[in-house]
Amino acid sequence: MKNNLKAWLYLLPAILFLGIFTIYPLIDVVVYSFEEGYNFASQTYSGVGLYNFSYVLRDPYFTQALKNTFIIVIITVPLSTGFALLISLGLSKISKLRHLFQTVYFLPYVTNTLAVGLAFMILFKKTAYSDGMVNLLINAFGGESVDFISGPYWAKMLVMCLYTIWIVLPFKILILTSALASVNDTFYKAAKVDGTRGFRIFTRITLPMIAPMIFYLVITGFIGAFKAYSDEVALFGTDLNAAGMNTIVGYVYDMLYGNSGGYPSFASAAAIILFAIVFTITLINLLLSKKSRLF
Amino acid sequence: MKIVLDHLTKKFPNRNKKIGGFVVAVNDFTFEIPDGKMIGLLGPSGCGKSTTLNLISGLEKPTEGKIFFGDNDITGLPPEDRGVGLVFQNYALYPHLTVEQNIMFPLQNFRGDKKLTKEQMKEKVLEAARLVQIDELMERRPSELSGGQQQRVAIARALVKMPHVLLLDEPLSNLDARLRLQTREELRRIQKETGITTVFVTHDQEEAMSISDMIVVMKDGVVEQIGKPQEVYDEPGNLFVAKFLGTPAINVFKGRISNGKLFIGDDQILDIKGPSDGDVYVAIRPEGFIVDDNGKLCCRLIAHEVMGRDSSVVASNESFIGQSLRAIISSETKVDTSLSDIRFDIKPSKVFLFNSTTEERIPFSI
Repeated sequence: MKNNLKAWLYLLPAILFLGIFTIYPLIDVVVYSFEEGYNFASQTYSGVGLYNFSYVLRDPYFTQALKNTFIIVIITVPLSTGFALLISLGLSKISKLRHLFQTVYFLPYVTNTLAVGLAFMILFKKTAYSDGMVNLLINAFGGESVDFISGPYWAKMLVMCLYTIWIVLPFKILILTSALASVNDTFYKAAKVDGTRGFRIFTRITLPMIAPMIFYLVITGFIGAFKAYSDEVALFGTDLNAAGMNTIVGYVYDMLYGNSGGYPSFASAAAIILFAIVFTITLINLLLSKKSRLF
Repeated sequence: MKIVLDHLTKKFPNRNKKIGGFVVAVNDFTFEIPDGKMIGLLGPSGCGKSTTLNLISGLEKPTEGKIFFGDNDITGLPPEDRGVGLVFQNYALYPHLTVEQNIMFPLQNFRGDKKLTKEQMKEKVLEAARLVQIDELMERRPSELSGGQQQRVAIARALVKMPHVLLLDEPLSNLDARLRLQTREELRRIQKETGITTVFVTHDQEEAMSISDMIVVMKDGVVEQIGKPQEVYDEPGNLFVAKFLGTPAINVFKGRISNGKLFIGDDQILDIKGPSDGDVYVAIRPEGFIVDDNGKLCCRLIAHEVMGRDSSVVASNESFIGQSLRAIISSETKVDTSLSDIRFDIKPSKVFLFNSTTEERIPFSI
């Protein structure tokens, strides 16, 4: 009992902070999402019900944000994990210059989002002086210039996905290279003595051995991609609705503070919807990874 | 299939680049391993025994020399084309596969005409599993097996593709003492049943002596002695081999020969014929001592340890090299521990003389 008291005392600061700044707001969001027309200033609301949800779900800005978010998630999570795996495999095979390449691949991780955004601007943005480096390349091969930043939807989405993959790649490479390095070398020796071909070694030994790490990356990748917002701002500015490139988190932010701001009830409803989506997908992921838990 | 190692040499570049040059792991190893025999490569760690095994398996390429399986030169062949089964020290069982899948793994790699049907594979796997008596554990994963069972699975996996040669790297070192005894008999049985030429590496001389047809004692990449276990024990070629084989270790004294008499300190031990006068190392096996009040070798008694079947006398002598000498005597022999000195008679057949500079054996007769 005495020990228990001591333990609680140690935990108290963390509990206090988490309670005030995380748990209480979380509960509050749920409450707001059911209170119709809640007003911060007067602390009043007109009724309780599901109107907030039905409004948000019918709001074209929200459906656009939902669509954008899903496209980003579905494209970037598998692609970035796949690329990271390829690069990590490559890195684990070379011995010369390995550390140099590891550093190079890790650089985007320590680079500011907005700085990377600027680099992408140089690559893709049309200005009065230039069409951007990518367009110069397209032109060189005889193609027409494409306005990647304020042009057609697919072009903007392409840049968005490239950017997202580029940003999340370093962390995944870091995790996967260490996962690959942790596979005991004797497994490969044993496979070699048994005449196993390279591809089979990869699918039957390497992949199962690093599967837990891949699952970890996929789950955190999904969560991260669903929460995308700052990367969009870095590329397309703060008025994402106008650019048609808003995300769910962007929509929540706009509802609170944006041009159409001052609607905490709608923002809360959208946040709850996002939570429901992320929760469901994470659950599915966990179930899948448990089912294929290999050892 | 016989294995011929012909002037086999392996050099590794020195890890410490400042020193540069090479470390010679295996130096000019020539030996013909007869067909169907079990050979123990024995030596202290770092002596090149594992490298030798890796050279035979093909995981390492020799710097010089050739390896033949039968009459075929396989020096340039990759491991998979040599037909070797290798059991690793840590077994290297794939943790995500069941026992059956582990054993089947090598068979699934077969290509072309060697490719087997599912039924053939199952049959072969079952055969191998029966041989090592694990056919009831087929659905388990390695983590659900004991150390000894894992070892058996690893052997089954090495045997399932019917290799010409079975290689075992420290096969018993991960097992506890009781299991080690059991498994080494088991290894011997499996080897006898299959008749596969087997080479295994160990640093445990007891293990090597108990189950091999021949042992190869190595030190610093050089083969010190090759022979049947008992022969090597009874007739060590040099001081290193004499010291390495046998537990407790052989007792080594500084001695001297003068006028056909062998002295340890001032005690005259034996009358010998053959060697010329001079300083020698005198090595006496622990079982070569007989407690006798009128014995020729006088030592200071330190302790008398009774271990049931026999007992050991721990004593010291000024000419002894090391801390204390140890004699194994029958437990019926009375030792008066109240005395400070003890006298021994020496069995001449348990005494070896070695040159005090080259450490080579000096033959003598009584």
